[in-house]
Amino acid sequence: MALINSSILRKIVMALSGLFLISFLALHLTINLFTLISADLFNEASHFMATNWIIQLMQYVLAIGFVLHIAMGIQLTLQNKKARPSAYAMNKAAANSGWSSRNMIVTGLLVLFFLIVHLKNYFWVLKFGDMPYSSDYELVVKLFENPLYTLLYVFAFVLLGFHLDHGFQSAFQSVGINHSKYTPAIKWLGRAFAVVVTLGFSLISLFFYFSSLSN
Amino acid sequence: MSKLDSRIPKGELAQKWSDHKSHINLVNPANKRNIDVIVVGTGLAGGSAAASLAELGYKVKAFCFQDSPRRAHSIAAQGGINAAKNYQNDGDSVYRLFYDTIKGGDYRSREANVYRLAEVSANIIDQCVAQGVPFAREYGGLLDNRSFGGVQVSRTFYAKGQTGQQLLLGAYSAMSRQIGKGSIKMYNRHEMLELVVVDGKARGIIARNLITGEIERHSAHAVVIASGGYGNVFFLSTNAMGSNVTAAWKIHKKGAFFANPCFTQIHPTCIPVSGDHQSKLTLMSESLRNDGRIWVPKKMEDVHAIREGKLRPRDIKEEDRDYYLERRYPAFGNLVPRDVASRAAKERCDAGYGVNATGEAVYLDFGSAIERYGREKAAVEKIENPDMETIRRLGKEVIEAKYGNLFQMYEKIVDDNPYETPMKIYPAVHYTMGGIWVDYNLMTTIPGCYAAGEANFSDHGANRLGASALMQGLADGYFVLPYTIGDYLSNDIRTGKISTDLPEFEEAEKHVREKLNFFVTNKGSKSVDHFHKKLGKIMWDKVGMARNAEGLKQAISEIRELRDEFWKDVRVPGSIEEFNQELEKAGRVADFLELGELMAMDALERNESCGGHFREEYQTEEGEALRDDKNYMYVASWEYTGDPGKSVLHKEDLNYEYIEVKTRSYK
Amino acid sequence: MDLTLKIWRQKNTSSAGKMVDYKVTGISGDMSFLEMIDVLNNDLVEKGEDPVAFDHDCREGICGMCSMYINGEAHGPDRGVTTCQLHMRKFKNGDTIYIEPFRAKAFPVIKDLVVDRGAFDRIMAAGGFVSVNTSGNTMDANALPIPKDDADEAFDAATCIGCGACVATCKNASAMLFVSAKVSQLALLPQGKVEAERRVLSMVEQMDKEGFGNCTNTGACEVECPKGISLTNIARMNREYLKASLTYSEK
Repeated sequence: MALINSSILRKIVMALSGLFLISFLALHLTINLFTLISADLFNEASHFMATNWIIQLMQYVLAIGFVLHIAMGIQLTLQNKKARPSAYAMNKAAANSGWSSRNMIVTGLLVLFFLIVHLKNYFWVLKFGDMPYSSDYELVVKLFENPLYTLLYVFAFVLLGFHLDHGFQSAFQSVGINHSKYTPAIKWLGRAFAVVVTLGFSLISLFFYFSSLSN
Repeated sequence: MSKLDSRIPKGELAQKWSDHKSHINLVNPANKRNIDVIVVGTGLAGGSAAASLAELGYKVKAFCFQDSPRRAHSIAAQGGINAAKNYQNDGDSVYRLFYDTIKGGDYRSREANVYRLAEVSANIIDQCVAQGVPFAREYGGLLDNRSFGGVQVSRTFYAKGQTGQQLLLGAYSAMSRQIGKGSIKMYNRHEMLELVVVDGKARGIIARNLITGEIERHSAHAVVIASGGYGNVFFLSTNAMGSNVTAAWKIHKKGAFFANPCFTQIHPTCIPVSGDHQSKLTLMSESLRNDGRIWVPKKMEDVHAIREGKLRPRDIKEEDRDYYLERRYPAFGNLVPRDVASRAAKERCDAGYGVNATGEAVYLDFGSAIERYGREKAAVEKIENPDMETIRRLGKEVIEAKYGNLFQMYEKIVDDNPYETPMKIYPAVHYTMGGIWVDYNLMTTIPGCYAAGEANFSDHGANRLGASALMQGLADGYFVLPYTIGDYLSNDIRTGKISTDLPEFEEAEKHVREKLNFFVTNKGSKSVDHFHKKLGKIMWDKVGMARNAEGLKQAISEIRELRDEFWKDVRVPGSIEEFNQELEKAGRVADFLELGELMAMDALERNESCGGHFREEYQTEEGEALRDDKNYMYVASWEYTGDPGKSVLHKEDLNYEYIEVKTRSYK
Repeated sequence: MDLTLKIWRQKNTSSAGKMVDYKVTGISGDMSFLEMIDVLNNDLVEKGEDPVAFDHDCREGICGMCSMYINGEAHGPDRGVTTCQLHMRKFKNGDTIYIEPFRAKAFPVIKDLVVDRGAFDRIMAAGGFVSVNTSGNTMDANALPIPKDDADEAFDAATCIGCGACVATCKNASAMLFVSAKVSQLALLPQGKVEAERRVLSMVEQMDKEGFGNCTNTGACEVECPKGISLTNIARMNREYLKASLTYSEK
């Protein structure tokens, strides 16, 4: 990262890694939605993800993407803090910018926290742990029986929604794609994606949680 | 008179400049590296001169009192820049631009200088376009032009209402390039407080670092003063708050003659004064007169009703409006030169027809232009039988595209929508044609000391035409001074670095320190602004748009009294060794208090009316300016002798060989 | 109207500053904000106190010298204006107004509300120009037609007044809007295109050296910019920069 010492190149790395993570999210959501269709379909997809060599390879790329995005985000934030050593006594940030755009590091770090929990509870168990359940589907069912976990899950995706709402269109701006003709469409698409991701993931978790209650 | 040698080259008018350029002495590139030039002021003239001199290889030190060269007040020029390109094929030529400028200046400018100005005008546009100045263009990709007051061709190049800004940023970018290369050493937030003269030659300056208060000595082989005009002597003017006469006045006191100080331009279209708190006036570009019609009500009862708010301007019927410029000057109408338009507004307001509470405002109305453009646009858009609402909507769009930023500025200041109600305008001090006397080479009467741009007197005579200030500033800085200065500096190639330890520097610095010390130790009770406002009032009332001998004599004695009071009672808080804006102002106002007296003296001495100088005693029966070419066709050039009141007049006769001197008529 | 002002007072760059309360009375709505400060300063001078230092010059919104952070916004609550054009009719009798300098590491305070924006000049000196010498022999201005839309867009970018409101407003104190305005103006015009790659690389390098923060696309700068400089300029600069980083190398 020290190799990239230009502010704009760092932005571009943030943007490209972000867009890559967005594509991963889209894939992830699609597979998760399979759980609502049938356990078999989900298990099959899950199995495919765990065994296909391209996906296996992409896992490492994904990891690098995450590390880049997170590390650079933290580094940028620290640098940006340094650029204004003394704060204003009175600052009306809301008058000129949106909440999500100003709080990317907050939403980002909270999502990171969730990501760690998620990795530990799910990915780690599947990959390296002693898998106590007969299928991936069952693991999902078990996890969402816990109301706290479900709440955390929903909360994390609400935050991620805000993160995406700004991040999606911001990534295009950072790589230099901005034009009065299509930027409104990009912004709309970003917001729509954020809503779909938040609702999609939340619905799945709530579905399993409430299903566990009725059982 | 022996002291004034204008050094106009011999030969045909059209050949003078090119012959002169071919014959003056040059400095070879290796020697230029050893020659220092100081440039004071970084507006169009100073900025372009500094950049061009540095490109040639001189080592330049540039000074400005603002925090960056880009802030110079040239930036506020709105309307445009003239150039004899004849892109519109409307009969323009170098000669016509020359002729218009001389005539517009009421035959009080130097023929050879003005011809040169017209000649290089076309180069300026080429140069600026090459720098990336985004002038307005047509759909075909070529440059657009507009017309301006006092001329009958369209030769004004523009960038919306921000032409000065774009040109200044062009000059600033050229400077930035040289600053980056180290060829210009830039001194921001520095104010020149004294000229250092060694063996009769300008050899440096004393400047104050406005941040630390440090007094610095800077030496050079030549000093260029491009510090702009002195309109702020009136306190209220369209000049920037910091615009001042100090640099020019300091060289005047060291021997540079001050020419035609009374020639002040009062711009007809400014936003009227709104109250005592007013700190400056805002100009509405002259380009607005292309489309705006100026009027006041014909009937006194309408005037009263408007002032009391019982009638709105729209309520006054067409036949009850007095479009006084169109009435008095049918040939030029609303596009008469500035001095004529200003006086006509004053005449109507003095007669009681002013349309605001103070009685000092006239209307600038876009109603008919909006309608005309609306109909044109409706035709283009193939709208048949458009209703009035559609026409006005379309018309407003056209007006907005042309003058949007000016209209917005007006609305912010006045809180009134000029698309719906006519603008209220009144004349205000805008530009000073007078300035430091210079010869054809732009050298002052001090060898090695040059003056460029508004700071000198040379090109606009008694009245400047619109869009000519930008032209002159850039002509001086890009195309004249860089050549002519070489003629003088070619004698300096063996001089070597000039030491700042010379007794002359010592003396000058001591003098500056004493002045500054006086201010911060004086136990007065009134702020600097208090005196500045009083001076401004005397100047505006008695040395303003209309002058008479009686008033001028009063002005002289009132200014002298005020000056005495100032030195007794001014209060400047803080110390010298710090950032101290009151101290900066005190020095500037002290100089204005001397200049004001000289302006009144000059106006009193000139027993005629010409251009911006209107003596009530000298007018025709119709109230037009009455020139006296027999007795006053000269440049009044004043030598300082220790007291502004005892200044000595030197006359430079003006000879017009290529122009027939006529009564100026715009009827 | 009568107002309470909370103004940042700081003797010089090295000393610490603090907010100090002042009262002004009899302010009219037709006054500009700076004229209101003039009233305060005149009182202070006649009382023998140190007046509030603030930058200002043209007072018609074009020189870019005035620079206050008023009630939490650069150039105050109005849009599309600089402080000198902000009028007191935007405030009410009894209001309390916070007045602070533009704050950024790259803009050290000189005194009170006056800051040093020399960083902008240094960025311009790094490349904000077309390398053309003064000459009476450049090609005719009309020899090279420029599409009107490009010229207009270049003009819009070129209207930047370099006041620094973008930096002051940005939560990261980023100077991207300022730098991109100049990069854009010159990249849009054929005259400037010739050295566009070199320009963008060196201007951005200088910008980074000056200690400005990084752009995070909050868009606050565009909202507060008195001249309405658009974010599309930043996108264009990013594009130009990316292209230049991939293809340009100094010979």
